[in-house]
Amino acid sequence: MIYREAGQYKTTYLNDSQIFPIAQDRVAVALLLVVAFVAIPLFATPYIFSGILIPFLILALATLGLNILTGYAGQISLGTAAFMAVGAFASYNFMLRVPGMPVLLAFVLGGICAALVGILFGLPSLRIRGFYLAASTLATQFFVVWCLTKVPWFTNNSSSGVITAQQVEILGFKFETPQQKYLLVLAVVAVMALLAKNMVRSTVGRSWMAVRDMDVAAEVIGFRIMKSKLTAFAVSSFYCGVAGALYAFCYLGTVEPEAYNLDLSFRILFMVIIGGLGSILGSFLGAGFIVLLPIFLSVVVHYTGLPNSVTSNLELMVFGALIIFFLIVEPHGLARLWQIGKEKLRLWPFPH
Amino acid sequence: MTDARKIGDVILKVDNISLRFGGVKALTDISFDVREHEIRAIIGPNGAGKSSMLNVINGVYTPQEGTITFHGEVRQDMDTHQAAENGIARTFQNIALFTGMTVLDNIMTGRNLKIKSTFIEQAFWFGRARREEIENRKKVEEIIDFLQLQSVRKTPVARLPYGIKKRVELARALAAEPTMLLLDEPMAGMNVEEKQDMCRFVLDTNDQFGTTIVLIEHDMGVVMDISDRVVVLDYGKKIGDGTPNEVRNNPDVIKAYLGAH
Amino acid sequence: MEIFLRFLEVLISGLLSGVMYSLVALGFVLIYKASGVFNFAQGAMVFFAALTTVGVTEKFGVPLWVAIPIAIVIMALLGLAIEKFVLRPLVNQPDITLFMATIGLTFFIEGLAQLVWGSTVRPLELGIPDVPIEWLLDKAGMFISFFDLVAAGICAVLVTALVLLFNKTKIGRALRAVADDHQAALSVGIPLHHVWGIVWAVAGFIALVAGLLWGSRNGVQFALTFVALKALPVLILGGFTSVPGAIVGGLIIGATEKLAEVYIGPLVGGGIEGWFPYVLALLFLLVRPEGLFGEKIIRRI
Repeated sequence: MIYREAGQYKTTYLNDSQIFPIAQDRVAVALLLVVAFVAIPLFATPYIFSGILIPFLILALATLGLNILTGYAGQISLGTAAFMAVGAFASYNFMLRVPGMPVLLAFVLGGICAALVGILFGLPSLRIRGFYLAASTLATQFFVVWCLTKVPWFTNNSSSGVITAQQVEILGFKFETPQQKYLLVLAVVAVMALLAKNMVRSTVGRSWMAVRDMDVAAEVIGFRIMKSKLTAFAVSSFYCGVAGALYAFCYLGTVEPEAYNLDLSFRILFMVIIGGLGSILGSFLGAGFIVLLPIFLSVVVHYTGLPNSVTSNLELMVFGALIIFFLIVEPHGLARLWQIGKEKLRLWPFPH
Repeated sequence: MTDARKIGDVILKVDNISLRFGGVKALTDISFDVREHEIRAIIGPNGAGKSSMLNVINGVYTPQEGTITFHGEVRQDMDTHQAAENGIARTFQNIALFTGMTVLDNIMTGRNLKIKSTFIEQAFWFGRARREEIENRKKVEEIIDFLQLQSVRKTPVARLPYGIKKRVELARALAAEPTMLLLDEPMAGMNVEEKQDMCRFVLDTNDQFGTTIVLIEHDMGVVMDISDRVVVLDYGKKIGDGTPNEVRNNPDVIKAYLGAH
Repeated sequence: MEIFLRFLEVLISGLLSGVMYSLVALGFVLIYKASGVFNFAQGAMVFFAALTTVGVTEKFGVPLWVAIPIAIVIMALLGLAIEKFVLRPLVNQPDITLFMATIGLTFFIEGLAQLVWGSTVRPLELGIPDVPIEWLLDKAGMFISFFDLVAAGICAVLVTALVLLFNKTKIGRALRAVADDHQAALSVGIPLHHVWGIVWAVAGFIALVAGLLWGSRNGVQFALTFVALKALPVLILGGFTSVPGAIVGGLIIGATEKLAEVYIGPLVGGGIEGWFPYVLALLFLLVRPEGLFGEKIIRRI
């Protein structure tokens, strides 16, 4: 009886369209933010920061980006990592070539570059759909990585093709320790998640979903299909681009274009599927799940005394099996399970 | 009928429309007009080209020959988006709702042309974007009241029964505040009570908002009751046009269509 | 003359490898036609098949001609298992869901193959020498590998057999009926799952042939899975449902890929074969969205 909405009346439409209409949810989210911003930084170890939390948050942001495109706008993409690469290398070059460039602005500009590339490679989506589009995004993946490897300008003529991301510094404050980097990533991800939520509850989000669900009807109502699809590509790629920049600047440090390979694209797609297509919460759940799974598996393998080489193959198998399992059993992923749980809780302790 | 509803001048005129898919002739040399505020029915046996006719009017299909005159503007081919901007809304034969969204969101999509804020403003949920969202929500709630959809407001449409889905689709079309409404078999597959409800909603719409209505319907009783004038199509050709009474007594129509009864 | 011969040499070796692309693409088309699934796992199946063959010879010390039939049986079983455990529960789901399931399948098969047989690169000797054909070398100075020619021959035979299977036999007719309309096929008594099982088993067999040919050329290794990525542009070009499309598309992609590698590659620093076929196929798509032989679909509303 703790979690219920009886007695919470909405007297204005503004009130009714809040992100978390139920008061208990608002408290829970506030608590979560306090934990994330205050408690975790106080208690977590450097390993937890750089081994789990930072990659989790960054990948969640990329997953959110792909979810906007695939979950909300219904356009499948196998080139997520390519957009991340564009964001990373663009940010690097802005920092390198523009004196006094603020790092946050470089991230935004990197995201914008990724968005432009996204629009360019999203153009085929106006004429082709489904598998054809999937194949065309694969082309993006190969082409972008090839381009970044072959054109020395992008990597500042580094002979090995590896770049070292610049020191992250905002208003004179240097982000050096894992803890500081974590806080920066957390802030960026939290703000961008909020913006994404706002988009999907506004007209732009409805235009994505309308085109996804029934494009002819969407057009008849007055949505412009081209605009809707291209904004989805742009926004999605922007998110991926910023995630890619964070991946380089706050996680890896030194990066080569190959770090953003097809495998990463697939992993992010898996996060979307397992987390839940068309769900912002799901993006976080999916990313968390896939980041933790290999760690969990390696612990299991360690205790069973199997050779370590088993872990990576087992990981592939478990990933694959889980994807199929989720698609068969719960196509809306963990987010849907969460929602079902919440609905049950609303009625608890009465079964009906 | 109230006084608010006076049949006015011709607002839509289609002239000599022919439409082919490859070698298949869907429509041959069709001409008719629609007057302001009237309820105009298109009837005919299955495959007569009725849906194709609606698709030509709002630009989903491009006819090979003929012109469409809407509000005095002559066109070879109506652009779907322009049709929407000019106040043409429609429903579909096989319910074309956005199945992944709630009833409220579906109806809100009907307001999209009224929303001017950019997606960046919407992302920040600030100023104009927020104001527009609330204003349009108000309008949508009026339509929800009008069509008595209050109880399912936040239900995903995929979970709704068939009759309610049809009503939500009408709501979405009405949300655009159209001057002309194209209804493709709004009562198909409904039981008697649902049909009566839908008839009432169609008449009320026409009555209260003065919306011109072009509808396709199979139920002869309904057509004869509610429409002002009727076009009859058979095998893509027009075989009759006039008031329900005229059509009923047209020998060609009796032979091709009513004769089957 | 020299330039022309060089061009011809590149073109021919391109066409020969194109035949191999056609073969893999045909595996895709077969499954797509019959069950509407775009089987991304085809590449993983190629890898699995080749690795299984090599693995069996290594582990049990049997010669190749014993290992191959064993691999055929294993591939057929794998195909049947995929049909039963992955596709059947997903029937009537949107195409994209099925597609994503096959991506999951790809990971699963890759993991399984390496878990069972290990992940080191292994050589595979089929006994076909990979040497230039002397006659051509003498007469025209062209390097055309004997292996390529034999491989292309094998693929051509297999492709012909598949086309005959599809068009002339009872199974083929059932298959086409299923491809047209699942429900209708089911209603006239065609055993749907039976047909799907056969299709997946045949796809497994195609994967085995492709795996053996490619594996013997480049060694049996993880890179074999990328064969699937090579076949994708072929499918875009030829259309997902067209058998002649897969064949002609394979030849076009094979030839242009080699030509581009030789004539354009050096200008931009090489390594363009990864994306060039895609760009080519996409440009083609913009002109003709339904592919070379695909039918134009009229959408009804």
